[in-house]
Amino acid sequence: MAMLEINDIHTYYGNIQALRGISLKVEQGEIVTLIGANGAGKTTTLRTICGLIKPRQGSVYLEGENLINYKAHEIVYKGVAMVPEGRGIFAKLTVLENLEMGAFSRTDTKGIQDDLEFVYELFPRLKERRNQVSGTLSGGEQQMLATARALMARPRLLLMDEPSMGLAPILVEGIFETIVQINKEGTTILLVEQNATMALSVAHRGYVLQTGEIVLQDTAANLKQNEMVQKAYLGID
Amino acid sequence: MREKQNTLKILLKSGLLSGVIALSVSMIGMVGLFSQRDMIAGVLTLGQLLLFASPAAFAYLEAVKISKDDWRKGLLAGLFIGVLSAIPLIILVIISTLVNLRQYFVSVSDTLIQILTFNQDVFLGSILLILVMAFVGLIAAGMRYMPIKYRHPIFQGLIWTFGVSLFSEVLSERVRSFFGSFITKIMFKSRATQPLFAIVLFVFIAGITYWQQGHKSSIKDFIDNQPPKKKRQYQLIFLGIGILILIILPLILGTYLSEVINNVGLYILMGLGLNIVVGFAGLLDLGYVAFFAIGAYTMAVLTSEGALGISAFSFWAALPFCVAASVSAGILLGIPVLRMRGDYLAIVTLGFGEIIRIMANSDLLKPFIGGAQGILQIPKPSIGNIVLFKPGQLYYVILIGVLIAAYISWRLRDSRLGRQWMAMREDEDVAEAMGINLVNTKLLAFAIGAGFSGLSGAIFASKLTSIFPHSFNLLISINVLSLIIVGGLGSIPGVVVGAAILVGLPELLREFKEYRLLMYGGLLIVMMLAKPEGFWPSTIQKRELHAFQESTSGNDT
Repeated sequence: MAMLEINDIHTYYGNIQALRGISLKVEQGEIVTLIGANGAGKTTTLRTICGLIKPRQGSVYLEGENLINYKAHEIVYKGVAMVPEGRGIFAKLTVLENLEMGAFSRTDTKGIQDDLEFVYELFPRLKERRNQVSGTLSGGEQQMLATARALMARPRLLLMDEPSMGLAPILVEGIFETIVQINKEGTTILLVEQNATMALSVAHRGYVLQTGEIVLQDTAANLKQNEMVQKAYLGID
Repeated sequence: MREKQNTLKILLKSGLLSGVIALSVSMIGMVGLFSQRDMIAGVLTLGQLLLFASPAAFAYLEAVKISKDDWRKGLLAGLFIGVLSAIPLIILVIISTLVNLRQYFVSVSDTLIQILTFNQDVFLGSILLILVMAFVGLIAAGMRYMPIKYRHPIFQGLIWTFGVSLFSEVLSERVRSFFGSFITKIMFKSRATQPLFAIVLFVFIAGITYWQQGHKSSIKDFIDNQPPKKKRQYQLIFLGIGILILIILPLILGTYLSEVINNVGLYILMGLGLNIVVGFAGLLDLGYVAFFAIGAYTMAVLTSEGALGISAFSFWAALPFCVAASVSAGILLGIPVLRMRGDYLAIVTLGFGEIIRIMANSDLLKPFIGGAQGILQIPKPSIGNIVLFKPGQLYYVILIGVLIAAYISWRLRDSRLGRQWMAMREDEDVAEAMGINLVNTKLLAFAIGAGFSGLSGAIFASKLTSIFPHSFNLLISINVLSLIIVGGLGSIPGVVVGAAILVGLPELLREFKEYRLLMYGGLLIVMMLAKPEGFWPSTIQKRELHAFQESTSGNDT
């Protein structure tokens, strides 16, 4: 059974159709990336999966269970966590308080404490700054915090929306290294990225989105070699 | 050279601005009216104080901008601003001798001119005015160059002296009832302080503040350094003293001040409720008065001894129903606005408030709640056979209500629900993605907030013994919102401070008639510019507005 299976999703913003029948599959333990230009529907796909917006048609299965009838806050309890676009941290709270909010859906104090140690190990920078107000962190640190906060829910499936947005190239590399590391610890990841080069270098498989439709799907290695992908997203002529 | 010109330009601007402010408070009649009110008998009137306030403030603020070492320049700047401030006033004086300005500006009377010229002729008076203004500017600028060790006590002394003088009427009445008229005569003269008493008070307060500078921190340190168990004991002692003061307060305050405190208390109750809705949960509610009205009308209908009363409930029996009615109304309002945010929510709640008021006023409901005639003969609360009809007795009912509401607010803030509210306030989408149920979270905020307001309304109805629809207008919603903003959004002590400033002070300054609201507005503007986080901000609010300073100082280490 696939970790996540989406069948023919049609999502609308008012009367504007954003997704025109998206179907995709993420297997247990994979990193799958969605690449595409602005407005292709990458973020909308993630928002549909975690229930922040409901599709008019189609189904979302998490390990065989249909998520369509659950609300966004209930889906968190099913083991899906999201790192929102533009990071979406609670700017007035300290780093530690943000992390505690991430574990809101859990009640196992011991487990939360262990996971806190785990994310501090993953991001030593956050441990140093744990009592700092998070709005004053640098962009890279905020991205770390958003990722760490999502991990605090101990998700089985982690949805990441543009983790490289607005970061310096050197920080981008760091973020992608952590993505691989998180995946090795056993978390399945669905990654939305504009930085196709980086995304395809860490992912196992990829989907290419264009105006709300999937136009291409293959292993990451094959996509890297694909002429259309090279031209449109990798900047290779 | 360039820099010098720039400084001169800035000084010219502030000086003239200060003059224009002095001119406008004179021409709208504030100086004239306030001059009838002595502050320090025979020495200073409130009108003069108002007139000198603007050059003093501007001179001080300009001097602060000038470098600390350059004291000559600073003093000169103060002098300059003082002189400039006098010029618009002198022009006014000269014009008024040539033309009868009173035709156009009702307040430019002979009395005003006499005040401005210190009862001298135009020439001598103008020179005097310039000299006095220059002196005020010089002194104010000079304060800046005084070491903080002395400056702070002087400011404190001035604030207390002017404060006591301003409230002499109320204070002298209290002093008379406790210490007799002999001591009162030494301290006060009609509605002002005696000059000698003013000096003694100033010296006393300044002295105490000066002495405290060395000791204040050490008292706090002393308690902080105690072992936890001892520390807890000390805290309990202070809490006990606080409660004791609250209990004997009406005995000290007397009838009039107790009445004022009661009004403040009702606003604190409402403020605590709205603080949950706006401060904790971030839902801007402009129709908050609706719940106050629902609480009041429920109390009225259930307990009234008049024609409209439907049952002879006592105050205490009706109270739970009042709270329940407003909680239900809170949920009813909450359901349709669940999906709304920010401005849209504000407009819908504004409409809700108006609907309730208009319904109370309508003919449709007249047979039940009396329409514009309202509901009369609501009994006062009573315990056994004792009817609590004096403000000093009602005080305790309100005090208990406020203490309960404050305790609930305080516990909720640090609870799981408090965290949910805070996350929702920051970002609804992210909060939902953290697993927070927005529906429950929002409805609980509306319901609890409405409950506090309903409690306040119920006590209000019983306190006044009659209620009318016009008591529940939009201004109350705005007042409550203003007071939580002035106190500090999301801060529980802030609500108390805000209510004392925005409800208590205007009540005590009733003699200023129509200028009260002008001063109120002025205070709000100054406050938002100078202290946007409120007088007693919550830690989170403080963080937001001072995040930059914190981050820079954090990076130093």
